[in-house]
Amino acid sequence: MDTSIFALDNAWLALLLKVVAVLAFFLVAPLVMGYMEHKVLGHMQARYGPMEAGLGPIKHGVGQLVADGLKFLQKEDIIPARADRWVFALAPGVALIPAMIILVVIPFGPGLWAEDLDTGVFFALAVSSVSVIGLLMAAWSSNNKYSLMGGIRAAAQLIAYELPLVLAAAAVVVQAGTLSLVGIVEAQHSFTAFGIPVPYAVPQLLGFLMFFTAALAELSRPPFDMPIADAEIIAGHMTEYTGIRFAFFMLSEYAGMVVMSALATVLFLGGWYLWPGVPLPSGWLGALLGFAITMGKITTLVFVMVWFRATFPRLREDQLQRFSWLILIPLALLQIVVVAVFKVLA
Amino acid sequence: MTETMLPREGAGVVPGPPGESMLVEIRTGEQELSTQEMNLNVGPQHPATHGVLRIVLDLDGEKIVRAQPIIGYMHRGFEKLAEARDYRQIIALVNRHDWLSAFNNELGVAMAVERMMELEVPERAQWIRVLMAEWNRILNHLMFVGSFGLELGAITPVFFAFREREDIQHLMESATGGRLHFTYNRVGGLKEDLPRGFLKASKQLTKTIRVRNEEYRDLLFGNEIFVARTKGVGVLDPAVALDYGVTGPTLHASGVAEDVRVTEPYAVYDRLDVRVPVGTAGDSYDRFKVLLDRIDVSCDLIDQVIEGLPSGPVNVKLPKIVKAPEGATYVRTENPLGQTGYYLVSDGKKNPWRLKMRTPSFSNVQMIPHLLEGALLPDMIAILGSVFFVVGDVDR
Amino acid sequence: MTATLPQVGLLKGLGVTLKTLLKKPTTQQYPHVKPDLPPRTRGVIALMEENCTVCMLCARECPDWCIYIDSHKETVPPKEEGARARTRNVLDRFAIDFALCMYCGICVEVCPFDALFWSPEFEYSTYSIRELTHEKEQLRKWMDTVPPPPELEVGAETPKEISDGLAAARKAAEASAAAAAPAAPAAAGGAAAGGAPAGGAAAAAPAAKKQEEDIHVEAQIDQEVYDQLIAEGKSERVARARAKAAYVRKEKARIRAEREGQS
Repeated sequence: MDTSIFALDNAWLALLLKVVAVLAFFLVAPLVMGYMEHKVLGHMQARYGPMEAGLGPIKHGVGQLVADGLKFLQKEDIIPARADRWVFALAPGVALIPAMIILVVIPFGPGLWAEDLDTGVFFALAVSSVSVIGLLMAAWSSNNKYSLMGGIRAAAQLIAYELPLVLAAAAVVVQAGTLSLVGIVEAQHSFTAFGIPVPYAVPQLLGFLMFFTAALAELSRPPFDMPIADAEIIAGHMTEYTGIRFAFFMLSEYAGMVVMSALATVLFLGGWYLWPGVPLPSGWLGALLGFAITMGKITTLVFVMVWFRATFPRLREDQLQRFSWLILIPLALLQIVVVAVFKVLA
Repeated sequence: MTETMLPREGAGVVPGPPGESMLVEIRTGEQELSTQEMNLNVGPQHPATHGVLRIVLDLDGEKIVRAQPIIGYMHRGFEKLAEARDYRQIIALVNRHDWLSAFNNELGVAMAVERMMELEVPERAQWIRVLMAEWNRILNHLMFVGSFGLELGAITPVFFAFREREDIQHLMESATGGRLHFTYNRVGGLKEDLPRGFLKASKQLTKTIRVRNEEYRDLLFGNEIFVARTKGVGVLDPAVALDYGVTGPTLHASGVAEDVRVTEPYAVYDRLDVRVPVGTAGDSYDRFKVLLDRIDVSCDLIDQVIEGLPSGPVNVKLPKIVKAPEGATYVRTENPLGQTGYYLVSDGKKNPWRLKMRTPSFSNVQMIPHLLEGALLPDMIAILGSVFFVVGDVDR
Repeated sequence: MTATLPQVGLLKGLGVTLKTLLKKPTTQQYPHVKPDLPPRTRGVIALMEENCTVCMLCARECPDWCIYIDSHKETVPPKEEGARARTRNVLDRFAIDFALCMYCGICVEVCPFDALFWSPEFEYSTYSIRELTHEKEQLRKWMDTVPPPPELEVGAETPKEISDGLAAARKAAEASAAAAAPAAPAAAGGAAAGGAPAGGAAAAAPAAKKQEEDIHVEAQIDQEVYDQLIAEGKSERVARARAKAAYVRKEKARIRAEREGQS
C-alpha cells in the first residue's frame, strides 16, 4: 500500500485519528517493553522480577509499571530552591516530546503510518538530537554537582555518537535511493545481493551493528550509561527529579528504545515484510500481519538491549569517545564508500 | 564569583612598564584561564563506598587532584566495650567489627585467650575451625566479587554471588545457628560439633562453587569492557603497599605473597597445602583476579580438611569463670581482608584489661588517597571497589 | 589506553546470561513459601518455665543485659514431721528484650537446668519497639516451635547425656541378666542410675521381653473394645489396631494366669 490508512477525506478527522494512534502507541508500547525489561532482567539474574503487582486476576507483575505510573502521579512536586524553575520544569518535556514526534514518520505495517515524509530518515534523526538539549537543561538547572557531571558526560557522549548513527543510516539511504522510510522498506522488499533476497542488515552487517551501538549510546543504555551511572553519580541529570517529571525521563528512555529499534527495523531488517521477496496478503489481514512482524522485530531488538544491560559493565567516557571517534566513524565512512561503489557497479 | 576587575598576579595580562601607555602582554600556558577546582563530597551516604566512608575530593574536571578519606562514622567503641565483657562475651562482640569475616575474628580472639591460658585445643576443633574459617573466606570474597561488578555497572554478577552466599550461609546456619554472626568459637574449642550431613553438603557445595567461579570468569573477568576499566587502574607499588601496612588480597595483587597462614601458621594450616595466588601489576584487574583465585584455593582447603578431619571432642572443660592469667599477647590471623591482630592485655580478672584490634581495612583505607591522586572520577569507583574494606572494620 | 573492540569475552558473557535466563530462578517467593530452616537456627529464645530455678545465670551472662528477671522466695512446708522447711525461688517475671538481644546464645548455653532453648521462629516483628520485650507467657508458647537437636556428624564425640544414658542402660542390662529368673524389676536400678528415659526403657525392655517371648497369640479383634472406640469417633483403622492390641493383651494375661495357676 502506498497510502496511509489515515488518508481520509475529512482532514480534521484524519488528524485526530493520527494523533490518537501515535499517543496510544507511545503510551502503551514503552510500558510493555518496560515490563519485558523487568522480567527478562530478573530471570537473567536468577530471580523472578515483579510478581505481586497484577491487573485483575493476572498476577506475575503485569501491573507493576501501571502502579509505578500512578505512584509517580501522586508524588509531591519538588523543585530545589536554588534551581532554575522554568528550565527545570520544562526539561523533561523537551526530552520526551521528540520520541513521540519520531513515531509520526515510522511505518509499522502496510498503510500503518501517520505521515510518509519524503525526508523521513532525515526528519527522524534530526528530531532525535533535540532530546539532548532536554538532558542538558535538566543537568544545568538542577544546581547539583552530580547532575552537572552527568549532563556534561551526556552531552559529550550523545554528540559523539550522533555521527555513527547518521552515517550508518546514510549508507542505507544510498543503497535504497530514497530518504522516505516507507520507500526504504519497499526498496528492501525488492533488494537482492548476488541474487538472494536479503534485508539490508546482511550486506551492511557492520552498518547495522554500528547503528545499534550508536542507538544504545544515544539512549544512555548500558554499556554506555556513564551519564546515568547509578553507582557513581546517582542518576546523573535526573538526580533532582521526582514524581511525574522523573517518570517522563523514564518514559523517554523506554520510548526511545522502542523508537530506535523501530528505526533499525525499518532501515536494516526489512520493516514489515517477513523476508524480502515474501509478499504479504492484502487488506486488513496483511496490515495486521505486517504490524505483528514489525512488533516482533522491535521486541527482539529491545530484548537485545536488555540483554546487553544485564551483561556488560560501563565504559568510561574517554573509552567511549575513543570507541566512537577512532573506530565507529572511520568504519561508517568506509561502509558508505563500499555501498556507493557497489551501487554504482550493480 | 568574587573577582576584582584588576588583573590578578599570574593572570593572562601583565601591565607594561610604568609611564608608558597600557601595554599588555598576554601569556599562554599554565597561568592562563585557571579553572576552579570543584570540591565534591563522596559519601558518607553513597552507593559506591562500601558503607559510611566519606571521601572529600578536589576535582579538576573529571580528574582527581586531591582525595582525603574521613572515617569514624561507624565508630562503636569496640575496644572499650570489650573491657566490660568477659571472655565468652567478647567472642560474641568481635563477630561484628568485620561482619563479613565473623568467624575469623572470633578465631583470633579465642586463640589469644587460649594462648594466655596455655590451653590445649583438641585436634578436631582445630580442623573444624579451619573449615569454618575457609567457608567464611569464600563468603567474604563472593561479596566483593559481586559488589565490584556492581560498581562498574555489571548488575548481574552480584545476584549470582548472593545466590552462592545464600547456599553457604544456609550451610553455616545448620552448624552454628547464625547466617552472619556465628558465635561458634569458644575459649578452648568450639561450641558444639557439626550436625550430621554437614561434611557431605560441604563437599557438594565446593563443587558447585568451583563451577560458578568459572561463570564469574566468563561473565565478568574475561569481559573486554571490564578489562578496559580495570587494567592499569589504581596501580599499587609493592613498596608503597608495605609502607602503608596493606595486607591481604590487596597486597597479594601487587606481587607480595605475605600470608599469615603460610608464614606463621595457626590452627592446622601448617598441615595443609595453602597456595597464595599473587598478581603481577598491582592494578584493580589483578586484585579481582586474586580474589577469584583465592575462592578456588579456599575450596581446595575445605576439601583437604574434609579428607583429614579426625574424630574426638571439640572443646575442653573450662572452669566456671574463665580468667586469663596476667600478661599480654598478640595474635595474628589471616582474615579474608588482610591481617588481623588482637593485642590482649589481662590483669588476671575475668574481663580483659585491654583488647586492641589491628584491623586490615584500616590500613587498606589509608592508601586510598595515594591511589586516587591523578585518577579520573570513574576510576575512583573502580579503585574503591577493588580495595577491599569493610567500614565497620575501619572504625570498629 | 587503546580503544577496545568487541571480542570473544563479550560473547561469553552474553552466553552466561542467556543460560541463566532459560533456567528456573532460585528465588523463594517468601510469604507464599516459608524458608526451610535448620534445627539450630537462632530465631527466638523460648523458655521452659517449669525448669527455671531463677538462678539468674542467664541474666548475668547476657552481654547486653536484656533479660529481666523478678522472683520471690517461698517457704515450702516440710514433707515429714520435724524436717526443716524448704525455701523455693518462684519466678514472677522473665522477660527478654529482643530489641537489645544480640542472638549470641550465651544465655541458652549457660543455663544449668535446660530452661532456655533456641527456636527457628522468626516472624515476630512488631510495629513498636516496646512490643519487642516478650514476657514468659509468649516465651513459653515458643517452646512448641523448638525442634529436636540434630544428630552429630560422624566422628564427633557423643554428647554427655547420651553417653551417660547408654552406660547406665548397659549396667542395668548386666544387672538384670545377673539377677535373671525371678523377673527382678531391676528396671528400678536403671531408673535410679540417672533417670534418662533411654536408660530406663532399655533396661525394662529386655527384662519384660524375656517373659513374653514364649507366649504367642493369634491377633484378633476384641469386638467390645472395637465398638466402643468406633462409638467414641475414632477411625476404623485406629479402632481395629487398638482392638487387636487389647485382645492380645487379654489373651496373654489369661494364659499367664493359667500358667501361674498351674505352677
